[in-house]
Amino acid sequence: MTKTVTKAGLLSRRRLLTTASAGAVLAASPFRINLLQAEEAPIKIGFPVPLTGPYGAEAQDQVRAGQLAVAQFNDAGGLNGRKAELVVRDDKLNPGEAATRTLELVEKEKVNFVVGSLSAAVQLAINNVTKERGIIFNSISQSDAINEAADFSKYTFHEALNPHMTSGAVGRYAFPKFGKKIAFLTADYAYGHEMVRGFLEVGKEFNIENLGDIRHPLGTTDFSTLLPRLQALKPDILCISNFGRDQQIVLKQATDFGVKKSIQIIAPLLSHASRVAAGAQAFEGVVGGCSFYWGIEDKFASTKAFNDAFRKMYDGKLPTDYGALGYGGVRTVLEAVKSAGTVDTEKVIAALEALKYDYYKGPQYYRKCDHQSVQSVLVIKSKSKDMKNESDVFEVLSTEEPSEKNLRTCEALGHKS
Amino acid sequence: MAGLSFDLIALQLFAGLALGAIYVLFAIGLSLIFGMLTVVNFAHGAFYMVGAYVGLYLISLGGNFWLCLVAVPLLIGLFGMAVERVLIRPLYGRGIDYPLLLTFGLSYVMVECVRIAFGKTGYPFDTPEVLQGAVDIGVGYFPLYRLFVIGATAVVLLVLWLFLEKTSFGLIVRAGARDPQIVRVLGVDVSRVWLIVFGIGTAIAGFAGLLAAPLQGVIPEMGGTILAEAFVVTVVGGMGSIGGAVLAGLLVGVVVSMTSLFAPEMAKVSIFALMAIVLIVRPQGFFGRAGLLS
Repeated sequence: MTKTVTKAGLLSRRRLLTTASAGAVLAASPFRINLLQAEEAPIKIGFPVPLTGPYGAEAQDQVRAGQLAVAQFNDAGGLNGRKAELVVRDDKLNPGEAATRTLELVEKEKVNFVVGSLSAAVQLAINNVTKERGIIFNSISQSDAINEAADFSKYTFHEALNPHMTSGAVGRYAFPKFGKKIAFLTADYAYGHEMVRGFLEVGKEFNIENLGDIRHPLGTTDFSTLLPRLQALKPDILCISNFGRDQQIVLKQATDFGVKKSIQIIAPLLSHASRVAAGAQAFEGVVGGCSFYWGIEDKFASTKAFNDAFRKMYDGKLPTDYGALGYGGVRTVLEAVKSAGTVDTEKVIAALEALKYDYYKGPQYYRKCDHQSVQSVLVIKSKSKDMKNESDVFEVLSTEEPSEKNLRTCEALGHKS
Repeated sequence: MAGLSFDLIALQLFAGLALGAIYVLFAIGLSLIFGMLTVVNFAHGAFYMVGAYVGLYLISLGGNFWLCLVAVPLLIGLFGMAVERVLIRPLYGRGIDYPLLLTFGLSYVMVECVRIAFGKTGYPFDTPEVLQGAVDIGVGYFPLYRLFVIGATAVVLLVLWLFLEKTSFGLIVRAGARDPQIVRVLGVDVSRVWLIVFGIGTAIAGFAGLLAAPLQGVIPEMGGTILAEAFVVTVVGGMGSIGGAVLAGLLVGVVVSMTSLFAPEMAKVSIFALMAIVLIVRPQGFFGRAGLLS
C-alpha cells in the first residue's frame, strides 16, 4: 500500500516537473508562438537558418537584418495595415532538420513565404519542400544547383550570389596577379565542389595549372595534417573553399604553418563575421569575394540607408555580408507583396520577376529563367591596420559590375529560353 | 598528386604525433577519472571549453598566457571539485549510468551558460608572441606553438606519473581504484581522494582547453568534437588506463595524419575504423582491465 502511494507521488512529481519545465522552455524560447492573434493574420515569413553549428555567427546576422526588413515594412504601414512577421527556425546546418522545420513552417505556422538557409546543400532540402508545396522560397545562401533546371521551380528565387559568379570574380582578379599554379583545399560538400568547379572554369581563360584538390569534411577543427602536403606542392596560390568556423580555423592554422610566406591564399568568399571572430592575424593578406561590404556606402545611397537603419536598430553595429543577404531576401519579397497588393503566390512571383531594385548594394534584378539575382561581386582583402571601427575589416580591391555574362547561360542550366 | 618525398612523409608523421599530443592531453583527464572513480565524464569537453574561456577572460583582464597556464588549471580544478562534491558524490554506488547521464546534462548546462555569458559566436585567441611562427625541424617547417604543446603534454604526463607512482597519496589513489572498501577500512577518507582525483582530471581538461585555444580559437561548442575523438582514444587505449591513453592518443594522431596524406576525405572515418579493428582484436583496448564496467 505504502509502496503504491510513494510510486504515485513520485510519478506525479515527475509529471509536474516535466510539465513545468516544458512550460518554462516554451516561455523562454525566443521563437514562441504568438498566442494573441491579431485581427488580420500577419504575413508570415519562415526563416530557417543554422543558428547553431559552424555557421552560427553568420546565421545570427541573417536573422538580425531580416528582422530589420520586417520592421521597416511594418513601420511603413505594412500591406494596407497588415503587418509582417519573421518566424525563425534553427535548421542546425542539417538537410533533414531543415526539411522538417520547413514543413512545419508551411503546415503548422502557415507561412506565406520562406526566406533563409546558409548552406549550398541545406537550401536544396528547403527548396524541395517549398516547391512541392507551391511556396515562394528566396534563398540567401550560395548555390549553383539551385539555378539549374533540375532543382529550380517557378517558386524558387536566389538573392545570394552563386559559386559560379563568386569564384569567377575572384579568379579573374587573382590568377593574372598571383600566378598560374593553384592548389585547392576544399570543404567536401556542394559549396566547396561548386566553388572549385567555378575556379577551374574561369581558370581556363588564364591557363592555370591545377596541382591538386585536398578535401576536408565540414566542421574540421584541425588542418595540421593537411597543410604540409599543400605546402609541398609549392603552389603560387592556395585556394581555400570553405566557410564559417572552418574558414576561421584553417586561416589561423595556415598562418601558424607559415603558408603565407611563399603562397598567396585566396578564398571564394571571405565572411565578415568569421573575420571578426578569428581576428586580423589569421585573415591578414587573404583575398576573396563577397556580396556586400558596408564600406561601399560612399558609393551607393541604398547602402548608406541600410547601414544607418541597421546601426539604429542594433546599437551602432554595422551589417555584415550575410546580414545584408537576410535583409535583401526578406525585403525583396515584402516589396513584391506591396507592389502586387496581395500575398497571392502567383502575383508575388510576377512582381518579383518585374522588380528592378536597389535596396542595399546597388542595382539588382532577378533573371527571368532561373530567378538568380543579377548583382555585383566585390573582391576584397582583409585589413589588419588603419581600421576606423571594429567593422572596418576589409578593403575593396575591385568590383565586378552586375552582368548576365558572368552567369552561366540559361541553356547551360537546362532552362528552355 | 605528385611530390611525395621522404621529407614530406617525415613531416606528416611529426604532424600526427603533434596532433596526438593534443588527444593525449585531453584523454588522460578522462581516463584518470574513469580509472579511479569509474565515472564516465561526459562533461569533460565542457570543462575543456570553460578552460579556454577562463583563459580568454583572464587575458582580457590584463593577465598573460603564462599566468593562465597556472591559473586556469587551478580554477577549473576547483570548479571540478565543487561539481564532484555537490553533484557527483551523491551518485556513487548507483551504477555507471547515473554519473554518465548527469555529466551529459551538465555539459549542456555549461555550454548554454557560456553562450549566455560570452555569446554564441567565437573569439579569436592569439598565439603568445614568443611562440608565433614556424621553425625548421630538419624535414620542414613546423609551428613553434605546436612544439610547445608537445612539451607541455610531456610535462603534464611526467608530473602525473610522479604523483601517482612516487607519492604516498598516489599510492592511496591507486589502492582506492582497486578496492575502495579495503582502503576505507584502513582508515582512509576515500571520498576526499575521489574529490581530489576529479579535481585533477578536470584541471587537465581546462589546461588542454587553454592550450587548444590558440590553435583554433574559442567557441562554446569546441568541447563537442574533441570529446568524440577522446572517447575513441580512451576506448582504444583501454578505459581507465593512462598509459593506454598515451599510446592510443599518439597512434590516433598518426593514423589521422597518414590517412590525410593519402586519402584526406577518409581521415575522419579512419579513427573510428581503427577503433573498430582494435575492439575486434582486443575488446578491452590496449591496456584495459576487463570487467571495469560491470
